[in-house]
Order: sequence, then C-alpha cells, then structure tokens
Amino acid sequence: MSQTPYPYDPTHRHDHLHSSHCGLCRIELDHISVIAQGETLLQDVNLHLHCGQLTALVGPNGAGKTTLVKALLSQIPHTGTVRHMDDQERVLRSVRTGYVPQQLPFDKQMPVTVTDFLAASLTRRPVWLGVSKRTRQEVQSALSLAQAEHLQNRMLGQLSGGELQRVLLAMALTPTPDLLILDEPVSGVDQNGLALFLDTVDQLKRKHHLAILLISHDWALVRQYADEMVLINKTVLCEGAPETVFACDTFREAFPAAAKEVE
Amino acid sequence: MQGIYNVMDALLPFAIFRYSFMKNALLALLFLTPLLALLGTMAVNKRMAFFSDALGHSALAGVGIGVLLGLSNVTVILVLFGVCWAILITRINRTGGSSSDTTISVFSSAGIALGLLILSGSGKYNRYSSILVGDILAITPTDILCLGIALAVGLALWVLLYNKLLLTAINPQLAQSRGIPTKAVEYGFVILVAVAVMLSIRWVGVLLINALLILPAAAARNIARSAAQHALYSVIISLLSGITGLCVSVPLGTSVGAAVVLCAAVCYALSLLLARILRVRLQA
Repeated sequence: MSQTPYPYDPTHRHDHLHSSHCGLCRIELDHISVIAQGETLLQDVNLHLHCGQLTALVGPNGAGKTTLVKALLSQIPHTGTVRHMDDQERVLRSVRTGYVPQQLPFDKQMPVTVTDFLAASLTRRPVWLGVSKRTRQEVQSALSLAQAEHLQNRMLGQLSGGELQRVLLAMALTPTPDLLILDEPVSGVDQNGLALFLDTVDQLKRKHHLAILLISHDWALVRQYADEMVLINKTVLCEGAPETVFACDTFREAFPAAAKEVE
Repeated sequence: MQGIYNVMDALLPFAIFRYSFMKNALLALLFLTPLLALLGTMAVNKRMAFFSDALGHSALAGVGIGVLLGLSNVTVILVLFGVCWAILITRINRTGGSSSDTTISVFSSAGIALGLLILSGSGKYNRYSSILVGDILAITPTDILCLGIALAVGLALWVLLYNKLLLTAINPQLAQSRGIPTKAVEYGFVILVAVAVMLSIRWVGVLLINALLILPAAAARNIARSAAQHALYSVIISLLSGITGLCVSVPLGTSVGAAVVLCAAVCYALSLLLARILRVRLQA
C-alpha cells in the first residue's frame, strides 16, 4: 500500500469535497496476511470498505483488529494489496488514510496548543517560529470539520478526553482521507460525548462520502451507526449488515453474552 | 573581525568589553546559547535530560581517543564520537532490554571511565582537565567562525526537523500514521544534539553543558503556553543567563560556565514562582 506523503496537497482535498457520487467506489483489501515472528496474526483477509459507509470491525481480543489497522497504515509488513477503486472500476493511485487512535498517551505538561499540534501536521514551517495567518485559517477549517473550532487556543494537555478526540478527528480529516479509521473511540469519553462524536462522523460520512472503519464493541452504537459489520478472528468470519452479523453462528460463538443482549 | 569588534565597541561602551577576549567570549555565547536553548525545548519535552547528560560526560572519552590517536585538534574526533555514542544509546533504548535510565547510566559511566583511563594513563590528565569546566575566555576568532557556521547549519536542520519531531514527541504512533518517518526523525534529533553538545563542550565544559541545554528550556516550559512561547522564552533565558554570567564572573575571576549555569538556575527558580502566580490568577 502506498501512502501519499504529507504535508498535504490542497488540490487533492478540493477534488474530494466535490466528488458527488462514489457509492460504488471502495477500498479493497485483497488477501491481506500478516505473519510476525512465525505467528500468523492475519490470514487472507478480503474486505471491501465502501465510500459513504461506516464499517464496524469487531472480533474477540487478539483477533487481529489492531494488526489490520497497522497493516492499513503501513506500520507493519503484510502480504496482499490495498487498492482504492473508483466508481468506474479504475484503480486510484493511493489510499490516503486518516487515523484516530484509541488513546493518545502524551506528556500533558508540554506547552503545545491545539493550533500548534495541527499546524505541525499541516505545514513545513516550524511552529516554534509561530503559526502564520494562512495556516491558522487552515487549522480553523480543519477543526470546524470536527466541530472543535473553539478549542484552537487551548493547550493540548488541558483538553478533556472528548475534546482531544475531536481534535484528533480534525487532524485525521485533514487532508480529507479516502479511509478514516476510528480505533475504539469509546475509552475516556462519556456516553453523551461519544454519541455526539459519532453524530459528527456520521454527518461527515454523508457529506464527504468517506469510507469509515470503526473498531468498537459497543453493540448499541454499532447497530445505530454502522452500515456494514465485519467479524474477524485472524480472518473474516462473517460480514454483512449488522443484523446479519449479529445472527451469525460465529458471532454467537465469539460473543455469547452480546448475542443474547442484541436479541 | 575588527569590523565586528568596532560594532561591539559602539554597542557596548562598558569597560569590561574593552578586552577582545571578552568580545570573543560574548560572541561565542551569543552563538552557542540560542541553539542549545532551542534543542533543549525538545530534549525537555522528550524527557531526554539524562540522555544529554550522558552524552556530555562521554566527551571525556572522546578527548581520550583523540589524544590516543595523537591529534592536536580533538574537535572532529569529539563530534564523531558524540554522534556514535548518541546513536548507540538510542539504538539500545529502542530495541529494549533494560529500562532507558539504566542504559543511559551505563553509557554515562562507561564514557567517563574510558576517558579517565586514557587520559590518566597517558599522563596528560592535567592538560585536559580544563574540559571539565571549559574555558570560553580562550576562544579564538576562528573558533567563533566555526561556531557561527555550526549555528547556521544547526538552525536550518532544526527548522526542517521540528514539526515532525514535535508530532513524534507527542505520540510516535500518531506521527507514523501521518506518514512521518519517526525513526529517522529521532535519530536526526539525537545527532543534532550530539553535534551541538560536542562543539560547545570545550567552551562550556563537561560538567556544565547539560545545564545549558536543559535549564533554559525547563524554565521556559514552566511559563510557556505554546510551542512558540517555549522556544522564545528559552532563547531569552539562555541569552540573559549567558550575558549576565559572563559580566559577573570575569570581574570576580570565577568560572564563566559556572556563573552562566547559576544564572539559568535562578531563572528556573523564578519561573516556578511565576508559574505559581499565573496559576493562582487563572483560577481566580
């Protein structure tokens, strides 16, 4: 999988915001396998992540969810390919991936503002020289995507869990990715904040036709927000609409308690 | 050089700056302290104070090796040795094993011991003991020129590296997901710190170099609320300490490096106080 190098190219983003139909466009994971230190972590994963759809990735602990995310981010070596196909069945150049990590362990005392943090990922100009007016505007429009404009002058270490998640979402969305990965956006955020966060994600999905991969074990949320659901354990065990997967035998086996609950 | 001296004479009509060694020392401090202060902001953010300390101590071994090889100018060997040492510590820390403070401590002790072994064995220890405290008053115009070039190159690299390094310092996994080659960036940083430390060590001294790197940045961090403020306050504190230290120590006949570091330490104490006052006012 090739990744477009940052800092971002504004024209790419512009194209994306105005591409109106991409119901057929998708990210294809083709025969993805990961073997590390002689142990098979993922075996022959085939998946289509469609634009404009939120796909929930579920699986028991150690099933390889994190490994799959790392493979998608090119952080670990894998076999197989990841392709970005458009609605004309053409292969596009690369897959741009935005990633919102589960947690962001960092030094809370670090004198870094939200603007510094985003500007550092958007420009080459070092933020210790100050942030230019133009970059400030870019940062603001990035934050507005995640409804977090009001946070721009706050120190990163003083944000609440939910606020930090919004800032991370803003970063993941700038430049606009083809694929947005949300890694268990549950931890550290209250239920109310989480619904608000996923509402924002849902709106973005409709507006920008993003393909979204959500790792979550909150079944109520998955049922409410996911268009597709995939159960994996080393390989894909069951996929389809959430209701279909909830009814799968493999799902009942993996999550007996949850299967009762969703019934 | 004479031109620069004339400008300095016009700008600094004080008795102690009549001597050219004072002018040289002042110029050297103006070159040295800002770069160390800027690198220090990241060293503090990345909790690398102990790492740079070990690096400074290893300069003794660097000098020892230079003497063994029979070189009259040990600067090149110092820089090379420092870079290798820094890469080695970083590599061992990355691949795990013992905790990083243990590894660093091993390297720190080994560096000092190796240096002492060679220098004491060759019987030239007294000749090189000045490296412990440094002697900025002995700096020559050629040395200053070298420092100036080093400062320019160092700043340029710092400009290129900083944003990537900042994201890596906040969270390496996130930085990686943004396409940043975090490993290369981290090695770039430790090499830059190693070069800056080794070039400064003759003038500031093994015992004091780390203070110059860490203290201004640590003091600035107490009161800064953004990356730009951190860098700015750190540079101001280091320049202030540098100039004050020089002006105070020479008339008293004490070590310049020690006076500079003491000034920075006073700044650190003041910054703690100021941070407290700011916090109380914010809460009110």
